Amino acid sequence: MNTVFVITAQELLDALRNKWVLSATLVLAGFALALTYLGSAPVGTVGVAPLGVTVVSLSSLTVFLLPLLGLLLSYDAVVGESERGTLLLLLSYPVRRWQFLVGKFIGHLAVLVIAVVIGYGAAGLLAIFRLEGIATQEIAAYGVMMASSVLLGAVFIGLGYGISSFVRERATAAGVALAVWLTIVVIYDFVLLGALTSGDGAGLSEGLFNSLLLVNPADAYRLLNLSTFELTANLSGMAGMVSNGQATALASLASLILWVAVPMFGAGLIFSRKEP
Amino acid sequence: MTENSVLELKSVTKAYGDVQTLGPIDLELKPGEALGLIGHNGAGKTTMMKIILGLIRPSGGQARIFGLDPAGSAHGDVARRLGFLPEAVNFPNAMTGLEVLKFYARLKNIDVRECPDRLAAVGLGDVGRKRVKAYSKGMRQRLGLAQALLGQPELLLLDEPTTGLDPDFTRTFYDLVDERRAAGTAIILSSHALAELEPHVDRLLVLRHGHCIADGAIAALRAQSGLPVRIRVSADHGTVRETLAALTDVQSNRINGKTVEFVCAPERKMELIELVSRTEGIEDLQIELPNLDRIYSHYNNGEEGS
Repeated sequence: MNTVFVITAQELLDALRNKWVLSATLVLAGFALALTYLGSAPVGTVGVAPLGVTVVSLSSLTVFLLPLLGLLLSYDAVVGESERGTLLLLLSYPVRRWQFLVGKFIGHLAVLVIAVVIGYGAAGLLAIFRLEGIATQEIAAYGVMMASSVLLGAVFIGLGYGISSFVRERATAAGVALAVWLTIVVIYDFVLLGALTSGDGAGLSEGLFNSLLLVNPADAYRLLNLSTFELTANLSGMAGMVSNGQATALASLASLILWVAVPMFGAGLIFSRKEP
Repeated sequence: MTENSVLELKSVTKAYGDVQTLGPIDLELKPGEALGLIGHNGAGKTTMMKIILGLIRPSGGQARIFGLDPAGSAHGDVARRLGFLPEAVNFPNAMTGLEVLKFYARLKNIDVRECPDRLAAVGLGDVGRKRVKAYSKGMRQRLGLAQALLGQPELLLLDEPTTGLDPDFTRTFYDLVDERRAAGTAIILSSHALAELEPHVDRLLVLRHGHCIADGAIAALRAQSGLPVRIRVSADHGTVRETLAALTDVQSNRINGKTVEFVCAPERKMELIELVSRTEGIEDLQIELPNLDRIYSHYNNGEEGS
């Protein structure tokens, strides 16, 4: 276990030195602050649920941003070390391959946690102190959004390791990572929307549509944030679509957790067969 | 397994698909023995090191390090007693030299308080707190050596360690390696710079297309190669030179007005030296044994024809 944390500590130190933590935090804080203030524009200064509106708009942005961050952190974790020659050296040490991956994972996850907690947290706190009429439920929804954002990032860290273990060159890993991001986060929804509106609109049953949303981690994240609380469901117009908020929330949480576990396991499998 | 041997390879092979890239290799190494691993790029040197390190499994045969399988469940136990310097390693630029070394020390469970001394030993004492980014290639290589020497390893694997080093540190580098060798560490050194390798290894293993084409002590390989010995004799008077030339049936060449060079088979070396030294008027005598470069190219090209 000690070995895992030695690797985690090194990864975190490297991320701090390379200004990874700083830039990720600044980007998240920038967007969160902008949306907290600009986001209240449509409801006005006396509007309803200012923080709830932020949750809706910020989670719509997070769906694109956190997967990108996760992939950027992870895509060269294996192939980059391999190109630098440090992978060969590290594996000649008393380090098991799973320890290498898990150590890196915790380190990269910590980068995301720091960035989300400071970046989104600061904006949230500022809103709580500066804006009036914030309900407890809004604060809870904001907290859920922060936690699930980290989870969404973790999904893509695992996917990044899988890519990084599979390819032979750093540039290939970057290309594949971009394609994965585009497919899961952008194209999937287009296709789903297309299927939904094609023909007479009866192409997809409600059950199938919901399942298709659940199996995509980005959509599972959306469902989790937009349907868990009645408030955000109403604000986002999801209320009519999701009949059972609680069950949807649990299902989408399960989907996200599986999406962290399965790619990590797959990455471990690919990595364990790789000859350095 | 022979008593107290550090490393034993028994007809080890490595194949990718149908292509056999290494072996069969048989090798045994005892404590304090230094082996020079030589061969062109792609001859299988690095593959062999990876098998010894347990990073890849041999396709056939058996590798035992300290009597254990390095690729099996004992990998950690083997790894703790090993030191390895890979070819052209780039440590993370954002870290300081000391941080890099401490990281590796922690992985081997070695007290990190040793690290500053270790850095000083390779001449990086003053720059330990500077980032690796500011290090020259030679300094990075020194850091690599400091890392390999952590924890007094019983087996040291050095892959092309002196490429890009300045002559000054090359000497320091070999001093450190010799020190470990004297302390009983078995060493495998792969290098292109054969001339500098010679004083620091006991044995050679020459690889060509994955095959071992020569293995043995340098003196034995030299004798076995039958490469000629050159003896240069300088004398003042032309008459002496003529006397010398008439002394023996050994082929001789005139180098310049003063010097004659005899080229003789190794077994006639002593006879010739005796003859020459009995002659009056000899000013100087130089004996040139075939160096490692010649021995290597002899074995390497010898196979070429067959």
